[in-house]
Amino acid sequence: MSVQTTEYTVSEIRSPASFITSRVFIYGALVFWAFICLFPIYWTLTTSFKSAVDVTQGHLIPFVDFQPDWKGWRSLGLSPDSIFETSTVRDEFFKRFMNSVITSVGASSLAIVIGSLAAYGLTRYRYKFAWFKNEDISFFFLSQLILPPVVLALPFLVLYREVGLLDTRIGLILLYTLMVLPIVIWIMRDQFNSIPVELEEAALVDGLSIWGAFFRIVMPIALPGMVAAFILAMVLCWNEYFFAALLTSTDAKTIPVMVASQTGSQGINWWSMAALATAAIAPLAVIGIALERYLIMGMTAGAVK
Amino acid sequence: MADQILPTKDWPANAVPSDLIPPGRKRLGWAVMAAATLGLLATILVQILYKSEVDTIGFETWRPVVYAYVLWGVALGIGQVLTRGEDGQRALFLLPALLFTIAMVIFPTLFGFYIALTDWNLSSFSGRRFNGLDNFWQMLADPYYRNALFNMVLYVLAVLVEYVIAFGLALLLNAQIRARKFFRVVFLMPLMLSPVAVSWMVGKSLMEYRFGPAATLARHLGWENPAFFSDPIIARISIMVLDAWTFIPFMMIMLLAGLQAMSREILEAARVDGANAWQTFWQVTFPLMLPVSVTAVILRIIFKLKLADIIITVTSGGPGGATDSVSSFIYREYRDRSNVGYGTMLAMAYLVIIVVFVTWLLKFANRFVRNVN
Repeated sequence: MSVQTTEYTVSEIRSPASFITSRVFIYGALVFWAFICLFPIYWTLTTSFKSAVDVTQGHLIPFVDFQPDWKGWRSLGLSPDSIFETSTVRDEFFKRFMNSVITSVGASSLAIVIGSLAAYGLTRYRYKFAWFKNEDISFFFLSQLILPPVVLALPFLVLYREVGLLDTRIGLILLYTLMVLPIVIWIMRDQFNSIPVELEEAALVDGLSIWGAFFRIVMPIALPGMVAAFILAMVLCWNEYFFAALLTSTDAKTIPVMVASQTGSQGINWWSMAALATAAIAPLAVIGIALERYLIMGMTAGAVK
Repeated sequence: MADQILPTKDWPANAVPSDLIPPGRKRLGWAVMAAATLGLLATILVQILYKSEVDTIGFETWRPVVYAYVLWGVALGIGQVLTRGEDGQRALFLLPALLFTIAMVIFPTLFGFYIALTDWNLSSFSGRRFNGLDNFWQMLADPYYRNALFNMVLYVLAVLVEYVIAFGLALLLNAQIRARKFFRVVFLMPLMLSPVAVSWMVGKSLMEYRFGPAATLARHLGWENPAFFSDPIIARISIMVLDAWTFIPFMMIMLLAGLQAMSREILEAARVDGANAWQTFWQVTFPLMLPVSVTAVILRIIFKLKLADIIITVTSGGPGGATDSVSSFIYREYRDRSNVGYGTMLAMAYLVIIVVFVTWLLKFANRFVRNVN
């Protein structure tokens, strides 16, 4: 390339006009996409304060277009004036909410425990299971990721009925654990690979057993990775709909199933629907904002070498 | 089975050789494992006899067999440590996950292949009846299943568009901007939200024909009749858009990590050599980003192949099955017609198809990355 071109490029970057144009373009694109990401959330939140007329006329801005009202939240029994009264809807909602919390926390914890142990074993020791070596065992675990839920759903429906786990939280926890286990193993393998083996060798020389070395030396270092894997697993379990819709009916129904079954006899009550949707997405929205660092860490594990 | 796990003694060097374990302890270990295996087999046998009404002693459900399996797993672990010392302790790391996955995947999948060969409708009284390959022939002649498979091809192709957008967003976030963290959190938001809630609030309300803001906007832009879910092609595109909205952040974050891991020197060198921004991107950034891109796209395709909940809640496959994914089609086959046998056959056929497809995809991607670099 000629020297002239170089100078041209450099001057182009430094010229104020093109700098401003590129800034305008970049921030314009950023703001545009931020709008696309946030508007549906804004719409959900505001709709929960609208009455029927405001919904059907497509009013957008509170206090300007329409007068906000606790309508949606009252129908859930969560508005300021109804919160101390008895409400069957609220009891139902809390039951579903607790089901979601228990299943997603339970499944994520179980997956973290058995997934971390397996990932640690696979990164540190050589196994031979009949003719399967480490790589094959890893592949076996990770290949579960491509298994679509629909393949397992119907056999599990039949098996769970035989075993008496249909419509129980334990049943859902077991399935969700299976669902997130490959992801947990993927993340934790990456984590343990980044911890130098010398640390454990030193611990073993100092007289710790291999499990002692794992719990006292390796676990504290790998803790951020575990948190990342846990949160990612939480997100997936909380949002899971397919298994929950097929395998639960009255006792173990989770929030997404409750959201999906909200069509009344007179069509959809948009305000209560919106309030319910807000309540369903709020916990994860908070987690997403507060623990974004860990989420990103979990998602990028193993992606960049 | 698992007692064939034999870690070779590369590391650590000070492992206790298994011949130092006293023979009494070894015998105890074998006894524990043998007793547990016998117990498990006995439980299964009693239960089979009870269920086939040969015997009157047994349990109402098969749940005791599950407990027996768990106890057998525990006994196996204890036996490993007793008989093989430190080698057994190492096997203990892998054993829980392995036993769990085998029990939860292998058995149901085999059982699924059996169900697939039966005529079994939960709403009919005749119960389960073996009918060989009848379901398979019915599947081959089913135009709705073919249509669902064709839709999956379209949905998977949409990943490429998502990839382009995600790459653009990653580049934006990687530029010299203020409030980077704010934009990152905001862009990540859609991934966190429950697809079902999003389907309701976006698919059914925001894109509502009469009052939804998206429809109003489309009218302002000159689209006379903004019905997002009544024309087959537009309905498919709407589903793709909804799904893309939730999953673009996933690819974006992976690509952003790739961009941030790229060394500044290479970009500097390209600029010194006189490449403009366009050339730098195509000749330096893009090739270097190829491995990350391939990982992101493949993971995304794997998730895409499971696409179901958005379609189930927004269109239930409509209009006329036009938006059905395989999963949502099978879901309705079960929910509306209780056709367990046929539905399972469809699911198993799908499993075979995607295993073949993903294997090919991984091979192809491997070769592709190697050829370009």
